[in-house]
Amino acid sequence: MNEVLMEVQDLSKHFTVETSLLGKPVSVLKAVDGVSFSIDKGEAFGLVGESGCGKTTLGKILVNLYSPTNGKIFFEGKELTALNEKQRRSYCKDIQMIFQDPYASLNPRMTIGDIIAEPIIINHLLPKSEVEERVIYLLNCVGLARHQRNRYPHEFSGGQRQRVGIARALAVEPKLIVCDEPVSALDVSIQAQVLNLLSDLKSEFGLTYLFIAHSLNVVKHISDRVGVMYLGQLVEIAPKRELYANPLHPYTQALLSAIPIINPEKKKERIILKGDVPSPINPPAGCHFCSRCFKEFEPCKLKAPVLKEISPNHWVSCHLF
Amino acid sequence: MAKDYESNSNKNLIQAEEYVEKPESQLIEMWETLRQNKAAVVGLIIIGLLTLIALVVWASQLMGKQILPYDPNFSDMSQSFVWPNAQHWFGTDQLGRDIFSRVLDGTKISLSVGVAAVTISLSVGVFLGALAGYRGGRTDAIVMRLMDMMLAIPSILLAIAFMAALGKGLDKAVIAIGLVSIPEYARLVRGSILSVKENDYVQAAKVIGNKDSRIIFKHILPNIMSLIVVRATLGISTAVLDTSALGFLGLGVQPPFAEWGDMLGRARGFIFNAPYTLIFPGIAITITVLAFNLLGDGLRDALDPKSRIK
Amino acid sequence: MLLEVRNLTTEFKLKRGTVKAVDDISFTIDKGEILAIVGESGSGKSVTSLSIMGLLQKPGRIADGEITFKSQDLNKMTQKELRKIRGNQISMIFQEPMTSLNPVSRIKDQIMENILAHRKITKKEALARTIEMLDTVGIPSPAERANDYPHQMSGGMRQRVMTAMALSCEPELLIADEPTTALDVTIQAQILELLYRMREKFHMAVLLITHDLGVVSEAADRVIVMYCGKIVEEADVKSLFKQPLHPYTVGLLQSIPQIDDESDKRLYMIKGMVPNPLRMPPGCPFSDRCDSCMERCTQEMPELQEINGHKVRCFLYDKDMEGELNAK
Repeated sequence: MNEVLMEVQDLSKHFTVETSLLGKPVSVLKAVDGVSFSIDKGEAFGLVGESGCGKTTLGKILVNLYSPTNGKIFFEGKELTALNEKQRRSYCKDIQMIFQDPYASLNPRMTIGDIIAEPIIINHLLPKSEVEERVIYLLNCVGLARHQRNRYPHEFSGGQRQRVGIARALAVEPKLIVCDEPVSALDVSIQAQVLNLLSDLKSEFGLTYLFIAHSLNVVKHISDRVGVMYLGQLVEIAPKRELYANPLHPYTQALLSAIPIINPEKKKERIILKGDVPSPINPPAGCHFCSRCFKEFEPCKLKAPVLKEISPNHWVSCHLF
Repeated sequence: MAKDYESNSNKNLIQAEEYVEKPESQLIEMWETLRQNKAAVVGLIIIGLLTLIALVVWASQLMGKQILPYDPNFSDMSQSFVWPNAQHWFGTDQLGRDIFSRVLDGTKISLSVGVAAVTISLSVGVFLGALAGYRGGRTDAIVMRLMDMMLAIPSILLAIAFMAALGKGLDKAVIAIGLVSIPEYARLVRGSILSVKENDYVQAAKVIGNKDSRIIFKHILPNIMSLIVVRATLGISTAVLDTSALGFLGLGVQPPFAEWGDMLGRARGFIFNAPYTLIFPGIAITITVLAFNLLGDGLRDALDPKSRIK
Repeated sequence: MLLEVRNLTTEFKLKRGTVKAVDDISFTIDKGEILAIVGESGSGKSVTSLSIMGLLQKPGRIADGEITFKSQDLNKMTQKELRKIRGNQISMIFQEPMTSLNPVSRIKDQIMENILAHRKITKKEALARTIEMLDTVGIPSPAERANDYPHQMSGGMRQRVMTAMALSCEPELLIADEPTTALDVTIQAQILELLYRMREKFHMAVLLITHDLGVVSEAADRVIVMYCGKIVEEADVKSLFKQPLHPYTVGLLQSIPQIDDESDKRLYMIKGMVPNPLRMPPGCPFSDRCDSCMERCTQEMPELQEINGHKVRCFLYDKDMEGELNAK
């Protein structure tokens, strides 16, 4: 059942920060810099990285909020990047997004019933008479009551609003949902509720997820495979168990070790990375991570490493391998 | 699995029943806050009164009945420059016309010009501002440079320039005043759109497949409406003032119509012997402008969600 | 004992009613100790720290209680007197370093301002101290970076600058309100390690406010768990994590996705959500979400009981109900 649903080839997104007087780009922000990977049908692919790594930008490219500067995207075999605007927009029925901030992702002037109904209506998915039924059904799927559909977003808590966002994403019956840090703005006790909900919905509707997060512990429960990004590039991809048990890239190791363990008995050996995340504007040649890497050696500053398959399904981009 | 959820959702149901307030429409909340602002309420009452006067006068004139104490255009030279007394509450002007009746008659002109001019500025300004704000890039640059050019010239001068091109008359004055204020609305709308555009819910609207035009009308504009409403209310007062200014200069209303600015203009020379010819139209302008300003300020406070009394 | 808070109650007078953000809490902090206050939104933890520092804004006000710092009641002091203490003996660092630093002022000026407000030394000496502090908190090339503006630095660096500013007068108590929440995981590790080092070097006490139990586990000596304005559990960190007593603490610990959790089963979740502070259920505030809720819980508020140095507010541990003492 390893049918590829979405494939990304050498995807890049560059933002011009400064131009010379004649309009030539002087400094370029390479938010996403040559990323390639694929997501199988029914899989949950966790994409992890810290701020500035480009994971959110990548997610936004997939849902057509940004157009890529370079590279190709294939969905069910069709090349999306070759389509015109109108054709590309029709794919919104297949690829949807759940946003990070529950307080900003719902239009404060619309009732939540209208918010959930909108995608159905503008895509002409159901006759008018059946829309309300479907909205009620979706509300139930995410654990909200039918009478709440006439309320406004400000009357709900963060966790409930996030559920509305999920219901909206589900409304068009998409095949792939990009979850952009859906729980980071929520309280800890609510995070578990929402993570469980996402898990259940995936099984119930046969969804595929690209689950974006900034920390490895959040994606652990929900992902099948995990990819780690740093400064616009993918540095490691592996099936979940493999990544957590045997992280190969020094950055992945540092990320894992930085997560506090809830057990004061187990004092662990912390890898503290030196320095800060460098700016994605005009990144250095060679490996992007070498300035902070604790295992850096000769070739790191000179040449950029490429993503190679080291063991079955385990890919790393590092000169150590 | 999802069933597990249902029992939780029942808990949520009960929670939600208790937690959620009765859905108050935003208008009602706004009204509550406005009511607390005494100044704004005063402004509202005055505007209400003025509107009433204007409507009554206009309706009666339409029906051919004379509701004012005197015909505002009736000139009785034997009664010129009469000081305010029991028959002529505001006195009479240089042509023996009753000032009180003329002031009341002028209400309908001032209000209607104010509203008409703002309507013009609003519709064109909002459209241009939305275009510039949402599209960005070159469209933005072109539109805003055009607006900058208009803003570089003082509004009165610009209005006069427009009038020179259009000719004299009240309707031309309305158009001129309307055109002059377009850049302000364009700027306001553009700025608001730029800040609202990046909100997640606008992005979400795009992701679910909305076309640009629908995003602007359904998602962006309703959320910046409050700013526009406040600006428009204050804009009416500016328009009234501009009308008076043009009238004062002899460019707006043509005789014999009663318009406050025009009345002021013609009475310029009589400031010492017959100050009442200036005072009453002047007070009328002041009160009207003040009323709209008070209401506009009150609306702004009422529509600002942070200052709303919760 | 450095700081003692007794029966602190802070309320907010809103149009729809009065909300007790902090409801009769008491705790102490000893010299050199790291005490963590853990809670989610609505727990009152941030309001507690603001109350201690006298930084509450209308409509909030301290309704009752004493805040004794070295035998002085902070609650009874004027703002002028409090200013002598703030930045000097008690310092604070906040969650968002960008909004806490003045964007139009150089780093060195901001830190020097704090030093000169509390110490009678020359500007030259203050600058030297500033650079020394920047070096201590781990800013590379401190003499040059001191001339930077906040926007020229990354989030992690700014948090270090905040820390340098807070520590510049060697305070005895540092209040850190969610110092790492806005930072990346790897930077968070750096900042926590920094706090630890500072504690060792200056022997200062830290009041660490956070919602992140992982941070607590790594950094704290003692922990207080707050829920809806009340303290529901208090213990030293080892005891709390080894044997959490209050159902809320238990639920919280179980619902966090653990990195070393091998099983793939569903995350435990606490059902329901934090009640509306204007409409608190009678009795225990946690009653409607608690798996072990008994009838008594919905009617009475349990008292804070102490069991072997471990405090808990729950009827499951009520000393009157002997049979239930071994509930866990």
